Amino acid sequence: MQSRLVYMDHGATTPVRPEVYDYMKPYFSELYGNPSSLHAFGRKVRQAVEEARKKTAAAIGANPEEIYFTAGGTESNNIALRGTARKRAKPGHVITSSIEHHAVLDVCHDLEKEGHRVTFLPVDRYGRIDPDAVKKAIEKDTFIISIMAANNEIGTLQPIREIGAIAREYGVLFHTDAVQVVGQLPLDVNTINADFLSLSAHKFNGPKGIGALFMKKGAKIDPLYRGGSQEGKIRPGTENVPGIIGLGKALEVAVSEISEKKSKIETLRDRLIEGLSALGDVVLNGHPVERLPGNVNVSFKYIEGESVLLSFDMEGIFASSGSACSSGSLEPSHVLSAIGLDHATAHGSVRFSLGFGNSEEDVDYVLEKAPPIVERLRSMSPTYHAR
Amino acid sequence: MYSEKVMEHFNNPRNVGELNDADAIGETGSFKCGDTMKLYIKVKDDRIEDIKFQTYGCGAAIASSSMLTEMVKGKTIEEALKINNQDVANELGGLPPMKLHCSNLAADALQDALANYRLKQQS
Repeated sequence: MQSRLVYMDHGATTPVRPEVYDYMKPYFSELYGNPSSLHAFGRKVRQAVEEARKKTAAAIGANPEEIYFTAGGTESNNIALRGTARKRAKPGHVITSSIEHHAVLDVCHDLEKEGHRVTFLPVDRYGRIDPDAVKKAIEKDTFIISIMAANNEIGTLQPIREIGAIAREYGVLFHTDAVQVVGQLPLDVNTINADFLSLSAHKFNGPKGIGALFMKKGAKIDPLYRGGSQEGKIRPGTENVPGIIGLGKALEVAVSEISEKKSKIETLRDRLIEGLSALGDVVLNGHPVERLPGNVNVSFKYIEGESVLLSFDMEGIFASSGSACSSGSLEPSHVLSAIGLDHATAHGSVRFSLGFGNSEEDVDYVLEKAPPIVERLRSMSPTYHAR
Repeated sequence: MYSEKVMEHFNNPRNVGELNDADAIGETGSFKCGDTMKLYIKVKDDRIEDIKFQTYGCGAAIASSSMLTEMVKGKTIEEALKINNQDVANELGGLPPMKLHCSNLAADALQDALANYRLKQQS
């Protein structure tokens, strides 16, 4: 029945590139030494881990000793936020946005329970944070500002350069959850004045379960776990060696192709947005220009996102949705609510996230399958008939 | 996450549309998730002779709507009054726990249509 399989959920995860997989393979059964071991077998692995650290650092303009490997974006965010909060003698103030990933939002809610105060800044209808609002929110005891580099749902890029400059000016730490940006767009920790930056390998064609936290030299945190002295005690525990090797390689490859990939994917993105918009009563969510190269988030009016996804799934097209029905929470996503979408529009949201490997033919296939799907669901919808 | 039967009804929903000469219409919206349903019934000799629906909602909501119309068609008013959301979910081979409320949508629309029909008979 299906003539094609089209994966457009790269915002959720990406496939490991074959050359990355090949590069990782020896570190499972051949080079399995513990990098902390003193013997030659361990030292060889240590060398490979440090090589991966150098590659990771180089990709974001950092020094190798400022890179700490973690289990992924969630863990990096937790270490940066909880770690800085715990380092303090008394509770203080945190600034973040209302559209952060739950790995930041939920940590901030925990910090509130521990006595800290948190400002959740609103965003405009495109999902942008106003740097002036950040400045105004700073209080005497604000110790960290955490703003994502780009939103995972609607793809909106944040003015992190301006926000980083403000943080620097006021002597406040700046953390950015850059999980959606690293490997997709050029990013330099010096340009954005970051003290902490979170990244995750599986978003840039690396393996799952591995990420990194950039922590600027001199920044101090209280680690979440105690154990060995791995990763400068910031993240103790025997290293996920194959993961680290894969992360380093995947990031090296991603960065080497970044400009070529960016323009290719942006072209596909815009073609998809244009084609879907032509269906009528389709709204683009997020910023029209300041958005991730691969992110297409649209609301199909009068129909519900999960039923759209299921229908695409039947045609071999894999996407995701921020609708209440697909989230399991019955509430539309906090991001779609924050940009002011009414319940019905938020309900009809679907995210297509393009990535390496998607082609023009993939976009054409989606655009060929979309009209009958939308038409069928609308023909069933009482709100469409009552419009 | 959905049973084969749910997917089958979602893909080939029965009795979709409007009835221009409906004897009663039931309407319901879920406060929980925002789904809405409109149900049209045509009654002859105390029996639901024809039934159509329109639903805005997820896969479970559309499948529940379709299944309900199939269960109700040909039934007497009295028999139809006994149908509840659990019956609809059971006929579908079960629904995921988070989706059970979707079957309420269909059952509520039916009860609303039957109540409107009764009101119309009394007036």
